[in-house]
Amino acid sequence: MTRITIDPITRIEGHLRIDCEVDGGKVTKAWSSGTMWRGIELILKDRDPRDAWIFTQRICGVCTTVHAIASVRAVENALNLEVPLNAQYIRNMIVAAHGVHDHIVHFYHLAALDWVDIVSALKGDPAGAAKLGATLSDYKANSIPNIRSVRDKLQTFVDSGNLGVFASGYWGHPAMKLPPDVNLLAATHYIQALEVQRTANKIVAILGSKTPHIQNLAVGGVSNAINPDSQSTLTLERLYTIKALIDELGDFVHNAMMNDVAAVGALYADWTQYGAGVTNYLSVPDLPLDTKGTTFELPGGYIPAGDLSKFQAITNYQDAFFRDGVKEAVKHSWYEYSGAAAALHPYEGQTNPKYDDFHDDGKYSWIKAPTFQDKRAQVGPLANVLGMYAAGHEPTKRHLTKVVEVASKVAGAQIPLSALHSTIGRIAARAVRCAVLHEALQNQWQLLVDNIAKGDFRTFNRPVFPKGEVRGFGYHEAPRGVLSHWIVIKDGKIDNYQAVVPSTWNASPRDQNDEPGPYEAALIDTPIADANLPLEVLRTVHSFDPCIACAVHMVDAEKRPIVQVKAM
Amino acid sequence: MSILVLGLGNILLSDEGVGVRIVEALEASHELPGDVEVLDGGTSGMDLLDMVAERDCLIVADAVNADGPAGRVIRLENENIKMLFETRFSPHQLGLSDLLAALRLIDKAPHRVVVIGVVPQNLSLGLDLSPAVASGRDAAVAMIVDELSRLGPAPTARLH
Repeated sequence: MTRITIDPITRIEGHLRIDCEVDGGKVTKAWSSGTMWRGIELILKDRDPRDAWIFTQRICGVCTTVHAIASVRAVENALNLEVPLNAQYIRNMIVAAHGVHDHIVHFYHLAALDWVDIVSALKGDPAGAAKLGATLSDYKANSIPNIRSVRDKLQTFVDSGNLGVFASGYWGHPAMKLPPDVNLLAATHYIQALEVQRTANKIVAILGSKTPHIQNLAVGGVSNAINPDSQSTLTLERLYTIKALIDELGDFVHNAMMNDVAAVGALYADWTQYGAGVTNYLSVPDLPLDTKGTTFELPGGYIPAGDLSKFQAITNYQDAFFRDGVKEAVKHSWYEYSGAAAALHPYEGQTNPKYDDFHDDGKYSWIKAPTFQDKRAQVGPLANVLGMYAAGHEPTKRHLTKVVEVASKVAGAQIPLSALHSTIGRIAARAVRCAVLHEALQNQWQLLVDNIAKGDFRTFNRPVFPKGEVRGFGYHEAPRGVLSHWIVIKDGKIDNYQAVVPSTWNASPRDQNDEPGPYEAALIDTPIADANLPLEVLRTVHSFDPCIACAVHMVDAEKRPIVQVKAM
Repeated sequence: MSILVLGLGNILLSDEGVGVRIVEALEASHELPGDVEVLDGGTSGMDLLDMVAERDCLIVADAVNADGPAGRVIRLENENIKMLFETRFSPHQLGLSDLLAALRLIDKAPHRVVVIGVVPQNLSLGLDLSPAVASGRDAAVAMIVDELSRLGPAPTARLH
């Protein structure tokens, strides 16, 4: 038996360590450990709830915007404060543009190199790659000169010996299976995606005044003033600049990314057999369409045991099924709860650190173990897409059908929907969600323009804090899944604050009943071709989009480091 | 000449956020020429690509792990910055080195990169700089003002 430890180097967003026991060429046991303690709760205590979002934006360097959104929603929920329609639409556009940006960066710049061999791409034929591209879509940037220039550029990089971002790749690994022309086409889109993600980021920057930390939020709305005639506000001219950026994004998402993901999925069809893990799926509705949060553009809810017919929708910002369903356990986490409860609701949440050491059967992580209705749950784009599909959301059905059709065509066999419960399924679902979000971005833009045309320029309702205690929760379907912030306010000051983040759900350790978390469960039975180069482990962990960079230390049974490979 | 002064760090972890505190102090104390932009980059990596692309010069303010007492300010330029990445001086090197490599792939990397770093003392949870590092922050601001003055019109001190 071999023990693999994947332990990251310092990265300020938080660290992740994965341990696997490998026996007979397969993972038999896995542990996921977050190795950095987050104490945002302690920084926020006794502060003004209107300022919380400014601090929560700093929790993570990748997901700044999402923590700002969830925070203002939690305070608004505690105050029963309605949010003007314009403010909802502007927030929704920021959420959608950020999501599109995040999904593009994840697929091309964080996950693709687990599947695409850059060195093999150098052997690709630009004419062959262009021809392949043309069979999938009429994306105009798939031209022979474009592809040739990318190949030449990659050759220069490889010849210089300075591989930069490509240095971490597992080139020539036996699990790399794409033909050179496919690798070359994907590498071309990798480089084009660097430009495309700038476009998505520009939308967030215009609406949010700045990125990476948006400035325009407020409890009760947004600070963007709307006046179609004034230069210093959100003018029609700026809105039309945003429209042009949205259209530019769409060309890439629908014509390049969707097909790349379908083709990679089809050519790695064996990976639809691995990585299902926890199949209780939790997602929340998002992009509110009214001032109270009772109707949404995107549905969400809970699917137990992968059974879509048992989908239960979460329907509004007061939803008791969601509110009462979330708990966190610390049996295997470096905390202790005062009192006898094995799991606590976030309103009663406690952050009392109790660190000793990594114990396989005891405490081994700084991440708490959340449960929904006392069960483990997977969150993220797959949970979201399955939830939207089960809710009958038309755009989700259309885009999912398209990806499955293209993948089936490339594979030469019909791929069933059940293939989604897998490592490849998580990657495919992220592309589907990206296409759905892009369409929603267009809709939200139109809703905003139409509402302004009616003469409604309101963007803010002033919050009023009562004497005594109020409680609220804010949820958001973030790029990595369900994010919820929970706040207890006493006499206008923060008394308790807990953030249950997507990686808490997915990367968490075993719970109070010793049930493994989603990463841990998904790794079981993953085949390992070469324990010194555990590309397969990275594929499954990366399919969840952990927002951390990590280094891989391979250790043998005596835990001596054998090889260290940096990975993103 | 287009110049970006980029502050990196996590302000929730005391001195870890000194890079952000440096650019905040720079903006508060000086009127900057029109071709100089200042950005609080937090702990972001690839999200900064659009802002860093197509700059003539990038000046990065950050916490660095170097010899010397807390609050010591060091300056690294071009070739020496490679060393910074290789030996992991800065906790944000992964994001920044990946970002610069990605920009080279699309021929939009800054022509010149200067890092102004401050040696931190306290990286625990908290919003305030330790006294030695607060002095380092002020010295770093002065160093960036000098840097900018050599590159183009000098920043002017604001009257308080």
